[in-house]
Amino acid sequence: MSQAFVEVQGLRKFFDLGNKRVLKAVNDISFSIRKGETLGLVGESGCGKSTASRTIIRLYEPTAGQVLLDGTDVTKLSKAKMKAYRRKMQMIFQDPYASLNPRMTILDIVGEALDIHGLAGSLTERKRKVEELLEMVGLNAEHASRYPHEFSGGQRQRIGITRALAVKPEFLILDEPISALDVSIQAQIINLMIDLQKKMNLTYLFVAHDLSMVKYMSDRVAVMYLGKIVEMAPSEELYANPQHPYTQALLSAIPVPDPDLEAKKERIVLSGDLPSPLNPPSGCPFRTRCPAAMPQCAEKMPEFKETKPGHGVACHLHN
Amino acid sequence: MKPILEVKDLNVSFEVYGGEVQAVRGVNFSVGEGEAVAIVGESGSGKSVTAQTIMRLIPTPPGNIKSGSVLFDGQDLLSLSEREMQKVRGNKIGMIFQDPMTSLNPTMTVGAQIIEGLMKHEKLSRSAARTRAIELLSMVGIPNPESRIKQYPHHFSGGMRQRVMIAIALACNPSLLIADEPTTALDVTIQAQILRLMKDLQQKTKTSIILITHDLGIVADVCDRVIVMYAGQIVETGTKWEIFRNPQHPYTKGLLRSLPRLDQRKGEPLVPIFGTPPDLIQPPKGCGFCSRCDEAMRICETDVPAPTSLSDTQTVRCWLQHPLAKSPNMAEGKGASV
Repeated sequence: MSQAFVEVQGLRKFFDLGNKRVLKAVNDISFSIRKGETLGLVGESGCGKSTASRTIIRLYEPTAGQVLLDGTDVTKLSKAKMKAYRRKMQMIFQDPYASLNPRMTILDIVGEALDIHGLAGSLTERKRKVEELLEMVGLNAEHASRYPHEFSGGQRQRIGITRALAVKPEFLILDEPISALDVSIQAQIINLMIDLQKKMNLTYLFVAHDLSMVKYMSDRVAVMYLGKIVEMAPSEELYANPQHPYTQALLSAIPVPDPDLEAKKERIVLSGDLPSPLNPPSGCPFRTRCPAAMPQCAEKMPEFKETKPGHGVACHLHN
Repeated sequence: MKPILEVKDLNVSFEVYGGEVQAVRGVNFSVGEGEAVAIVGESGSGKSVTAQTIMRLIPTPPGNIKSGSVLFDGQDLLSLSEREMQKVRGNKIGMIFQDPMTSLNPTMTVGAQIIEGLMKHEKLSRSAARTRAIELLSMVGIPNPESRIKQYPHHFSGGMRQRVMIAIALACNPSLLIADEPTTALDVTIQAQILRLMKDLQQKTKTSIILITHDLGIVADVCDRVIVMYAGQIVETGTKWEIFRNPQHPYTKGLLRSLPRLDQRKGEPLVPIFGTPPDLIQPPKGCGFCSRCDEAMRICETDVPAPTSLSDTQTVRCWLQHPLAKSPNMAEGKGASV
């Protein structure tokens, strides 16, 4: 096994809401991603997956913990040094409508990234580079002079990808990159990302709630619940043999586009809603909805332990 | 099965700055008593406009119902006055919208919003309506309905608000329930709760359902029959078994192929549908899907295919069903025009 390229250790992000209320959005998560690997991060809204990804790239300052990129702790870097590391990690956002400046042409949207990092010597070189990038993601060079509103959702997402790739990053965070797109377009974008990953040996953190897409994209998957990682395993293993009751419920809840499987399937329907992260349950965060909760679950947060090599779970049932 | 709703030759368009968007172009379908029908399609395919036209919720202008009829219980809803329509809406036809955050009134208690409909349509007294509202809330699985009824929508989570919406929609025992992407804004575990609730209630009350969705998984779970829409037209209809086992329209096939499945092996590539849907200000002269279709022929660009019946329940609108398209010299797909 090659060495970890991205390593997140004990990452916490708390938001102080005043009145002594603290929202623990990300509460002590650790994982690592190897070079060229894709780690899927799944969970329901409010579980902290987006906050985690934004904290890793330092759009939010972490409350505690480390993020090692190629051996360097990026959370400790000065602003100037951070700029160099921003080149190495880039993010693709969920909403292709909100993440592109409507007043800028595509040339400027992508070119701005080149300017900031001083990657284009002259205006002609800048234009040439942008056009090359556009063609790489399946758009045309002529698109450079247009504005975002002239593009469809799928095309805009390609522009977002172009901008992220302009600085030749090594690590990309994909924050729900396809959830705003139509089904027939999603597969186009996913195939593009897989192609680019192979070509440029990119490392991905793929954040999503669509579990079948995550399985398809990822080598390994981490499941988050209320700011914690509750289970992590290679994707085939996780889907074939989920250990945590939450993962089991999550997997059984996905509707499968196949009437035979749907008719046969035993669906675990969880009762209740996600508890408020402002006032999380004591002990295991999932115990209020867990069909297998035991008295000790209220007392102590279960430790994250490997039940077999590469497959870890935080649950008292497995300790 | 006796149809409870019949939509005939519906055409709806919207005036916009750039011209006229022909959102729904000649839609025909019916819904039987106690049947659950899904309308699937991507954004802009006209599925929501169709539903809103049935409920007469299209703002006019800019919307314009150009032609067609919507027969509900033998009555053409499109010819009713607004006053008469108000007796149908929320009474005989209930509707659940996509976004439970914005479709409830934030300044009214949840109870008041349920009671409103009951007093108006069922002519119940306030106290009787209140009792019924508490019953409804407990039926849709809201704990402590007696105290929850006095709370405002912001006290409820997304899934709970959608339950309230369902309670409002079912308050007057409608014979038809239109659910427009009822679970899109919800998480999968909450979605599973809501879908189970809708299925249970349908079995209990025998209400007909039109479920609008883009998620084919939900269709396989909840519905009996499927209507596939593309570019404002119905391209294929059939039972869910026919649509999933034996899809005939290239768009339906493409849609099913572009979804990753949980049993799919890694490395097996997804097959996307290339291109984007057409602009409905200038809809294509022929088949709406022809610019993205692998099997397009010359006639597909010039003429709209007529629906072909493949069984009692399955119809498809595609030139490939034409007897000439099946002859061997047409096999490579680029033969002479019919």
